[in-house]
Amino acid sequence: MANYTEDKLLDARGLLCPMPVVKAGKEIRSLDAGQILKIIATDRGAIADFPAWAEDTDNELLEWNEEADGSLVFYIKKGEED
Amino acid sequence: MLETGQMTEERVREIIREEITRAFKKDQAKKQGMLIASKGTLDWAYPPLILATAGAAAGLDMSIFFTFYGLNIIHKDFEKKLKVSPVANPGMPMPMPMPDIVTSLPGMTAFATGMMKGMFKDKGVATIKELIDVALESEVKLIACQMTMDVFGYDQKDFIDGVEFGGAAAALSDARKSHLTLFI
Repeated sequence: MANYTEDKLLDARGLLCPMPVVKAGKEIRSLDAGQILKIIATDRGAIADFPAWAEDTDNELLEWNEEADGSLVFYIKKGEED
Repeated sequence: MLETGQMTEERVREIIREEITRAFKKDQAKKQGMLIASKGTLDWAYPPLILATAGAAAGLDMSIFFTFYGLNIIHKDFEKKLKVSPVANPGMPMPMPMPDIVTSLPGMTAFATGMMKGMFKDKGVATIKELIDVALESEVKLIACQMTMDVFGYDQKDFIDGVEFGGAAAALSDARKSHLTLFI
């Protein structure tokens, strides 16, 4: 289970590619380095998309897991800005 | 002040590694993406918009060069212009098997277009309008090909607000500054 407390929650349930990533991009901009964004998604593509997106944006995917109801939960720590 | 005589080979290699790492961090091309959108059907309007908006969300400066039928995507009347035809499109999922001759009957394009829009809506896929709005909001550069506009008889005011206009040189200038270039 998650050992992280989020600073912001993004509920992306029901959204399909590319919207979960688009919304995550918007939300993470409002955070400071080191803060944590929690994302809940139902798009199965998110399992590949969020790790890739986190790497490309120099943010860190701390953990992800699948809930009993099939929803996918991601914890992403905002990295240092360039 | 290069005092190589006092440096070990290992130290020299270390400095070179650091310099290369620094140079790569400064590489602007890895933060740019450029797509060419050449198709003007509803189905083919999605890939460039999805990739451009996802790229922008990943911190890339994205641009899309719209040429030939791709101009439909940024035309003010895109809702009417973007259709999908079952003719010569055996990959299109249909509710029932349909002989080719039937797919070419009058009304079939409207039927297929409505069906595809319905499918996308049911699944919760963003509409073309929503994706264009996201693209504009996330500063994706939308460039209309002036040459094909002239050939098709389009005016600059026929296109949605925010569209820029240019030619092959403008497209290639964006492309050569990008590691990511796709022709769609």
